[in-house]
Amino acid sequence: MTSFLFRALDRRAGLFLAVLLAITIAVPALNLLVPPSSPFHVPTYAVTLMGKYLTYALLALSVDLVWGYCGILSLGHGAFFALGGYAMGMYLMRQIGSRGVYGDPLLPDFMVFLNWKELPWYWHGFDMFWFAALMVLVVPGVLAFVFGWFAFRSRVTGVYLSIITQALTYALLLAFFRNDMGFGGNNGLTDFKDILGFSIQADTTRAGLFAASGIALMLCFLVCRAVTRSKLGKVLVAVRDAESRARFLGYRVEHYKLFVWTLSAMMAGLAGALYVPQVGIINPGEFAPANSIEAVIWVAVGGRGTLVGPVIGAVAVNFGKTWFTAALPDVWLFALGGLFVVVTLFLPRGIVGTLGQGWSALRQRRASAAAEAGADEPPSLPPNSPAATAAPKPAGPTPVKVPAGAEPQPAE
Amino acid sequence: MPLLRTLIFILGSLLPALAPVQAQGDLAGLRPLIDALARGGFKETEAQVGALAATGNPAVAPALEALAEGNLYERKSDGAVVIAVKAGRDMARDMALTDPLSGAALGEAASRDLAKIKVNNSLRRVIRSALGALTLMAKDPAVRRQAAEAVFKARDAEAVEALDEAIAAETDAGVRRLMEQARAAAVLASDRAEDEKRAAVDVLAARGDRDALSLLIGLSASAEGALRDAADTAVTRINKSLVMWDAAQNVWYGLSLGSVLLLAAIGLAITFGVMGVINMAHGEMVMIGAYVTFVVQEVIRGSAPGLFDYSLLIALPLAFLVAGAVGIGIERGIIRFLYGRPLETLLATWGLSLILQQAVRSLFGPTNREVGNPSFMSGAFDIGQLTITYNRMWIVVFALVVFAGLILVLKKTSFGLSMRAVTQNRRMAASMGIRTPWIDAFTFGLGSGIAGIAGVALSQIDNVSPNLGQGYIIDSFMVVVFGGVGNLWGTLVGAITLGVVNKFLEPYAGAVLGKILVLVFIILFIQKRPRGLFALKGRAVEA
Repeated sequence: MTSFLFRALDRRAGLFLAVLLAITIAVPALNLLVPPSSPFHVPTYAVTLMGKYLTYALLALSVDLVWGYCGILSLGHGAFFALGGYAMGMYLMRQIGSRGVYGDPLLPDFMVFLNWKELPWYWHGFDMFWFAALMVLVVPGVLAFVFGWFAFRSRVTGVYLSIITQALTYALLLAFFRNDMGFGGNNGLTDFKDILGFSIQADTTRAGLFAASGIALMLCFLVCRAVTRSKLGKVLVAVRDAESRARFLGYRVEHYKLFVWTLSAMMAGLAGALYVPQVGIINPGEFAPANSIEAVIWVAVGGRGTLVGPVIGAVAVNFGKTWFTAALPDVWLFALGGLFVVVTLFLPRGIVGTLGQGWSALRQRRASAAAEAGADEPPSLPPNSPAATAAPKPAGPTPVKVPAGAEPQPAE
Repeated sequence: MPLLRTLIFILGSLLPALAPVQAQGDLAGLRPLIDALARGGFKETEAQVGALAATGNPAVAPALEALAEGNLYERKSDGAVVIAVKAGRDMARDMALTDPLSGAALGEAASRDLAKIKVNNSLRRVIRSALGALTLMAKDPAVRRQAAEAVFKARDAEAVEALDEAIAAETDAGVRRLMEQARAAAVLASDRAEDEKRAAVDVLAARGDRDALSLLIGLSASAEGALRDAADTAVTRINKSLVMWDAAQNVWYGLSLGSVLLLAAIGLAITFGVMGVINMAHGEMVMIGAYVTFVVQEVIRGSAPGLFDYSLLIALPLAFLVAGAVGIGIERGIIRFLYGRPLETLLATWGLSLILQQAVRSLFGPTNREVGNPSFMSGAFDIGQLTITYNRMWIVVFALVVFAGLILVLKKTSFGLSMRAVTQNRRMAASMGIRTPWIDAFTFGLGSGIAGIAGVALSQIDNVSPNLGQGYIIDSFMVVVFGGVGNLWGTLVGAITLGVVNKFLEPYAGAVLGKILVLVFIILFIQKRPRGLFALKGRAVEA
């Protein structure tokens, strides 16, 4: 029975990876190799747009890793995304060299404008790609580690954690708006020219960035899958479902949380780093709490506690956003807001979770009819297995049991 | 002649107000006195100036000023006295004439048709003291106060005698103090004896504001010996007291900011703190209250402008009802399916806040709407060195009244009793016959309604735009979390503390950095006390 389930799981993940791989290869190929007159040609702006979706999908995946599997609802993952983006932006800024408006070989334009005499210390090293690439992971990672170390050790959980993550990103938003932070203030970093010696506007670079985003997404998917399917992942799910019980069993809950939280922040940073060269700008607006909350809704729409769900959710919602804001700009906020309400009320498991539930219910009925073994599933299977999604309670950080009187409950 | 000019300026600005009272009756009587200025030599003119000053009527001031400046002429044709300045195409010969009493233009005349009324230095001195006496001894204490302030700023050594006279005649203690300070400033500018200057230093030290400080610093730079020491001691004394006043100012600003935070957070303290619902649409309830104020004012402007001063009083209950009704709708439509799942209420209400923002944007447009201040909300008054604006003061009062009202509702009404019963033990409450679903709905409605009336108050100090609520939501959560969930007193203390801390950080760190520091402080604070300042204790909170 179990091996059958894992085979099914493999098949689903394999299918997903195959589709992703096909897209990663096909889109750049159709852009570069097929002549523009052909109906199969993918225009460059579409490549960039889809590349952006892939980075959003990676951000959603990182949110899902902490929320869907560990019950930490982060309303500040945009902060890690933006920090990764700034690290990449600083590299790109240094690559401009003397081609800026003021032609200063060392200082970026905004520093010349603000009469800075020399590069601040934290800008050193960003002229080297390897250093910037390292910082893309290290900066969000360190911030997440420090923040998580404080938060998890003192057992800040649930709503409180969500609210202070929001405060974190809000504080960063305010900080990066300041001109004397040395990150371009209000305008952020922009006007990039090349990356690794290639012009950032060139079609080949765009295609390359798209492919890089696809590959990064596949790698992170594999990492997440390895984490969630390991023993570690099972402990995470146990923490999500009954934190104090896991603690009673002797697990150092805060270590598990801290690990997955830091890993997730690094993934978000990577997503930000891939995002910036594709959109060509990074500014403090990326720290806005609204952005982080939007990332949460991608996960909720797609299905938290599944690894495929967030990717589908991020791409679907952003496609909808692109379409709505072009066709009916006033309706977009109604649509997004309505999506939040409808998903939480009617699809608590998201698209993938709901589909998977119906699918596995069908499977299970057939399976139990065929082999009438008492197939009582253990309570904490990896939740992206059909059995777990078929559990009566939705996956996610909902308390298993609410003590009477502590929380108002639905009127019966 | 700075003193003269300032005085004339004051008179000029006051004349229109005084004119209706005095013009009709007295101007006719003044005319012969003015015309008499042209007759005789310096002695006679001096007598006439004394006679004009004796009328105590500020309307004669422009004539005296013109006389001192050498702009007063006699028109040869009819002997009338006029003010004339060079004008017209031929600057050498043409003069523009104005009536010295009414200020009306009398056309132009050639200079040969006019005879200048001559003045000498002793006459000028007489005129100046007459002018000072005119305003410093005006009937209206407000005029005297302004005159004294102007003399203080002007620091004219020659104003001392006029001030002495005015001080002797002054009846209003506040104005007299101002005059004495003005006299002290004048004495310091003069070459009077040192002991008189020492006394002046003491008077200024007692005044103790920045103007006095700069005067004394100037004195200590120029004076020598004992006078300099006295000035230095006074400077230290004033600096010390200014530090205290600065602290008081910070406390007041902090209170004012804290009361804004309290208003924004107090509704949230009910929906989040008491019900356990994370209402991300709370800010939009505040926004709805602000827009209700806008609509009420529009209707009043259109149909009954006389009611404008009452617009806030009309808007308050309406905002409470509208926001409360929206809140009840939200509870019945969405929240009640999500009890016990706080993170999902967060997502659903966030969606709702987007919808409400867009709805307001579609209805009222994306731009800021103008909400006016009723008369009792505008203006300011001073306490010592503190300037307190009325709108901030009323918001502090209003926030405390709302807080007290809410406490009363919770403690003294049967609804409050049911509400507390339901939040403490739902099943027990239900079995005692309390209709818990309706209590839930009304509790949520109460929280939203209070957000609505907060919106009425905040419309007075903030832009009314669809984004109004977004600006407050994070701060409100910080206040509630910091103060301790489920405890209204915690919300009060949390709001005031955060407000005051913020204002004390601002001078050192700047506004933005101060706010960041406060956020970081709260983040660290939550590590230490995860349930806030005034945490509820016991098993019930471990939900």
